Amino acid sequence: MDALALHRDGESWRLELRGDWSLQAMERINRDLEALASPISGRVVCDWARVEHPGLGPIWALLTRLADLGAGRLEVRHEGNPPPTVELLRKLQLELCTSHGKRAVALPMHEGAIARLGRWTVLQGTEAQRLLAFFGRIAAVLGEGLRHLRMLRLRSIVRHVQETGVSAIPIVSLIAFLISVVVAYLGAQQLARFGATIFVVDLVTIAVLREMGVLLTAIIVAGRSGSAFAAEIGVMQLNEETDALRAMGLNPIELLVVPRVLGLIIALPCLTIVADAMGLAGGGLLSLVQLHIPLTQFTIRLREALSPTTFWAGLVKAPVFALLIGMVGAYRGLQVRESARELGRLTTMAVVQSIFLVILADAFFAVLFEQINF
Amino acid sequence: MRAPDTQPGLEDPAGEAPVVRVRGLVNRFGAQIVHDGLSLEVRPNEIFGVVGGSGTGKSVLLHSILGLRQPQAGTVEIFGRDIRELSPAEQLAMSRRYGVTFQNGALISSLTVAQNIQLPLREAYSLPEDVLDEMVQLNLSLVGLAPDAAGKYPAQLSGGMVKRAALARALSLEPKLLFLDEPTSGLDPISAADFDALLLYLRAELKLTVVMITHDLDSIFRTCNRVGVIVEGHMVTDTLAGILENSTPWIHEYFHGPRARGALEAAHG
Repeated sequence: MDALALHRDGESWRLELRGDWSLQAMERINRDLEALASPISGRVVCDWARVEHPGLGPIWALLTRLADLGAGRLEVRHEGNPPPTVELLRKLQLELCTSHGKRAVALPMHEGAIARLGRWTVLQGTEAQRLLAFFGRIAAVLGEGLRHLRMLRLRSIVRHVQETGVSAIPIVSLIAFLISVVVAYLGAQQLARFGATIFVVDLVTIAVLREMGVLLTAIIVAGRSGSAFAAEIGVMQLNEETDALRAMGLNPIELLVVPRVLGLIIALPCLTIVADAMGLAGGGLLSLVQLHIPLTQFTIRLREALSPTTFWAGLVKAPVFALLIGMVGAYRGLQVRESARELGRLTTMAVVQSIFLVILADAFFAVLFEQINF
Repeated sequence: MRAPDTQPGLEDPAGEAPVVRVRGLVNRFGAQIVHDGLSLEVRPNEIFGVVGGSGTGKSVLLHSILGLRQPQAGTVEIFGRDIRELSPAEQLAMSRRYGVTFQNGALISSLTVAQNIQLPLREAYSLPEDVLDEMVQLNLSLVGLAPDAAGKYPAQLSGGMVKRAALARALSLEPKLLFLDEPTSGLDPISAADFDALLLYLRAELKLTVVMITHDLDSIFRTCNRVGVIVEGHMVTDTLAGILENSTPWIHEYFHGPRARGALEAAHG
């Protein structure tokens, strides 16, 4: 014990404090205070004569420890020129004890697993309901917008087409090109065993036009723009900008959500066409370099492989995917409340959910097209 | 030793080394010159008010002093050390010797008030959990917040409580110097007056030096020992009495406008 020493002094106790009592020495002081085990009662005199740099933290810890040891019935006196802050902290602690009883830092309660599961289940139900209601509100604005075209805010839509569509062309092109090269390459290896390498053209054409072009584009756009929607609208929520809009009699759905969703509905089909073209180009290039199929033969085979609906079977899915991505992004953005952590959590959720919904819808389309022979 | 309860502006701490000294500070944003050779000195145990119109660079000054912004020219000394000549380790040690509150509190929103207060303590020292909890109690008591505020998140607090919690965090490493950016803005008059009283109390009890950016005339008249006014990129520094006599048009208008008269009467009436 080097920060303090306890002596019996006749009827009372004498607590001799010494050395560095600044916050830097807190760890050592706390150890010594913890070691003060013997139950003391009656009167304690604290001697501050040999203390250097007394800090608030250590003094507070000493007062707290003495209160704990004596169960509040200890008579404490301070001698030897105690720092003036002792009196201040003693008063503060007295106030704390009288007004709040026990000293305890309230920490947020932890729930059990079953309670969490229950809460989660209920939440999922209401979430689905709310998302449907949100879709309804968007549809209402759109319906209204058909009658008053001004409500659709052309300027804003154009900006979102630029941000979500035009600026995504390079990355979408690159990924569509590379993936279709990979598919053609792997397909060629398998088909070569049957001497049917020419069917690589069929493989690439149908895979890219029906599925991969639109699906890849939708997933990239969900990552790029779904997250951007959620984050933009989320920060506006945190700054109370959406509240300000509502207070001015403006509808955030009309101003923020509908232009984004419409912009995406225009941009995603266009991006899909770009991705289709780049995918076919990738397949054609690989066929030429790896399989020595000239481009003229590639195009002839391509026309034979295509049925009239192949291209449209991919493209019609694009607006639906766009609606899902835009809606989920905006919906999660509008849910942001209170903190930066919420913003991050909901942005992540927007991306994950929109990708999930896109793939779910794609599966649904696959079954539907099979049934109607599209 | 000076009595802690002397009236603001009446003491003369001459002869003591300044706690903060800024010399020839120049800050430019493109063609816009914000500070054009600004100098100021803050003396120990005073509350120094920084005043200026919107856009005169009060927050830029604070950021320059804290080293958050690199000024185009000029030196900043805190506790007699030029902040640009500090090694990274010394910078860290220096930043533990002062506390800062920002305009909107800048409490970390994903942490509770208790965790916010413990954050600097955890970084600086390795203390057991129960001691950290005690330190939270201490700092909440110092700024007059109830213990049940500890478990709350910043978003659950009122504006006044956020300001107090931010002050509690700034005080957690027991600094001798405080920088406050608009500590009373957005508070109702009662909370603002409470905050002024708290500031005077902390300055007296803990021997703090305070640099306070503020627009709150009541707060200036009630708490500040000296005031620095930023006019045209320079700082005019004087005691409160001196600044009231100043004839520079902007300063005169600021301290003799209709709002200032009311505040002055309230503070001295």
